[in-house]
Amino acid sequence: MTITAPIQAPAIIDTVIDAVEHPADGVASLILRRADGSDFPQWAPGSHIDLYLTDELTRQYSLCSPTDDLSTLRVGVLRTPDSRGGSAWVHDQLRAGGELRISAPRNNFPLVDSRKYLFLAGGIGITPIIPMLRAAEAQGKEWTLYYGGRSRDTMAFAQQLEDEFGAQKVRIIAEDESGRLDLQQILGMPRAHMLVYACGPGGMLGAVEDFCMGWPPGALHTERFAADNLGVGGNTEPFEVQLALTGTTLRVETNQTILEAAEEVGVRVLSSCRAGLCGTCETRIISGEAEHRDAALSQADKDAGDVMMVCVSRAAAGCSKLVLEL
Amino acid sequence: MSTTTQAPVFREDPFDVAAIADPYPFLERLRAAGPVSYLEATGSYAISGYEEVYEVLTDFETYSSAGGLGPRDIRKDEAWRPPSILESDPPIHTLMRRALTGVINPGTVRALRGPFTPPAVELTEQLATLQGFDVVKDLAEKYPIRVFPDAVGTPEEGREHLLPYGNMVFNAFGPENYIFQQAFAEADVHTAAVMHACQRESLSENGFGAKIWARVEDGLITEQQATLLVRALLSAGVDTTIFGIGNTLSVLAREPEVWAELRRQPNLAKFAIDEALRLESPFQKFHRTVSVDTELGGVHLPAGTKVLVFLGAANRDPNKWGPDADKFSFDRSSSGHVAFGMGLHQCVGQPIARLEMEIVLQQLLERVETITPAAPAVPIIHNVLRGFESLPVTITAAR
Repeated sequence: MTITAPIQAPAIIDTVIDAVEHPADGVASLILRRADGSDFPQWAPGSHIDLYLTDELTRQYSLCSPTDDLSTLRVGVLRTPDSRGGSAWVHDQLRAGGELRISAPRNNFPLVDSRKYLFLAGGIGITPIIPMLRAAEAQGKEWTLYYGGRSRDTMAFAQQLEDEFGAQKVRIIAEDESGRLDLQQILGMPRAHMLVYACGPGGMLGAVEDFCMGWPPGALHTERFAADNLGVGGNTEPFEVQLALTGTTLRVETNQTILEAAEEVGVRVLSSCRAGLCGTCETRIISGEAEHRDAALSQADKDAGDVMMVCVSRAAAGCSKLVLEL
Repeated sequence: MSTTTQAPVFREDPFDVAAIADPYPFLERLRAAGPVSYLEATGSYAISGYEEVYEVLTDFETYSSAGGLGPRDIRKDEAWRPPSILESDPPIHTLMRRALTGVINPGTVRALRGPFTPPAVELTEQLATLQGFDVVKDLAEKYPIRVFPDAVGTPEEGREHLLPYGNMVFNAFGPENYIFQQAFAEADVHTAAVMHACQRESLSENGFGAKIWARVEDGLITEQQATLLVRALLSAGVDTTIFGIGNTLSVLAREPEVWAELRRQPNLAKFAIDEALRLESPFQKFHRTVSVDTELGGVHLPAGTKVLVFLGAANRDPNKWGPDADKFSFDRSSSGHVAFGMGLHQCVGQPIARLEMEIVLQQLLERVETITPAAPAVPIIHNVLRGFESLPVTITAAR
């Protein structure tokens, strides 16, 4: 039996750059308006868009504008010295009034409902967190943000957030003033009914993951960003998954996970947290290469590529088909 | 100030032998009294609704573990042993949990499939030559004790103390009744043997035990904490898994169609295990201590009182699982059951237990065509664990 869903390319939206601002040293913030003047589709905190910079250059950036104003979208882009070209292109080539093609917003970092939140941002990792703060505040949730960076000059939106929510909720920790984020102090005492949302460089997230091993399973949600793009790594295309035990081939669309796609056609997969944390849905890879997005596997296991967590991980860029032991 | 009269009063004793031997009619009456009720026999509050149990398990600030999992507050009365990870709150718990999670995770557990498989093959090959056997004595009690201490890296000698020690640890989560006293009859001998096995010099180089001790060298935990963590593995990792295997087969021996389906699709074994664990959860109940005045299920709970959390009742609550909650349903998604707990103290060894159960069941499925009960199963009389002393089955070998 083969089930093949119709191919759905992500919706492409033509935009005009309304303004390019510089909210911090090395950070460009693009404000985009739809070319046809209409509103953007609804999106939720944690979402990102693809920027189609050139035919070869597509980069993902998290949205940081208010979710209740769909007339514009805002992204923040850090210029990185070791840039593979994406951030440099944004900084050097994009100007107000220019045209830019983007994808419709997609969300791999959704804010799961909870009573309390702890937000951790490192540098430009603040961008997906900003709409989360507003959502948590609007719903009257208890929350705190710890926002670390090299110096206040380099920390986009730091002053704005402190003004908007107050220094009690928004803790700005600039390394040149008060050192790095003290993760032992922040995460050493797990709290009940509190989820941790962290976005920042790999080193910081690795330390956060280690501390959160002492938290309830499933408490931590992270988004990792590569050197010059924020959020999801390579593959943003749909891909095929062949389920070797079931004998089914299915198509995983960009807006669904392998787990969801398998469940949709009635294939049973044991899962628990559905967030890449608990390891319950670990599945053996028979062939193909995975892009690991979970926090359960060690780096060595990810590199070995024998297994994957199907609740969050996907096919790697350039791998159009995974064969899994399901 | 509110008083206990606000809660419905339940007069049956949950530690009465009749309620232990056949727990489910008792649990149904308990749930019928209300999701939260006052237990006259113990002076604690019974939590029996799924939603309320889930809340107690996930709100570790309001429902503290540091008072111990038994009926007495171990911070006021002297405990029979130094508190374990299970009997601690953050931040002490946090250090120990990080150390354990760093050692036991999908990567380290996956590597166990290789060494864990041959003993299961050997055991099931022998059993398949018979017309029948006792699931508990001939299989469940044999397998984990063979593979798990190897994974921890404890010496061969002294392993006979692990089961009696686990029996002590879990029975102490109930009152000091005659069941408790029987378990503790030779407490000193068992305790000394297990504590010896937890020392750094007793442990082999590559096991989980040595990896926990390595965290001491990294300065992350103290020597005493390392000892206690290895002790936690040894006391929590053997009999719960034995009961898990026995309970799963007690269910499947009554489900010939499911057995046949599993033989066709052995990769579905883990779902059958999950549903069986929901229905016959090895760890049925334990206590927590209310740390601040609170309300649960419409009932006021004063600070300092003990709540008795009935995992086994939550896992059969019709409000969560539907009107057939008392039935094994292979089509049901058992996800969300609390057989391994939930939240901060959720069983760290869960992936190991699931691996052991899956390997044993798959090996048995390969060699056994049919399995049916040969005589009524004999329930074990235990304060908090549910399992069987004996479970005779008749089998036909696969051709």
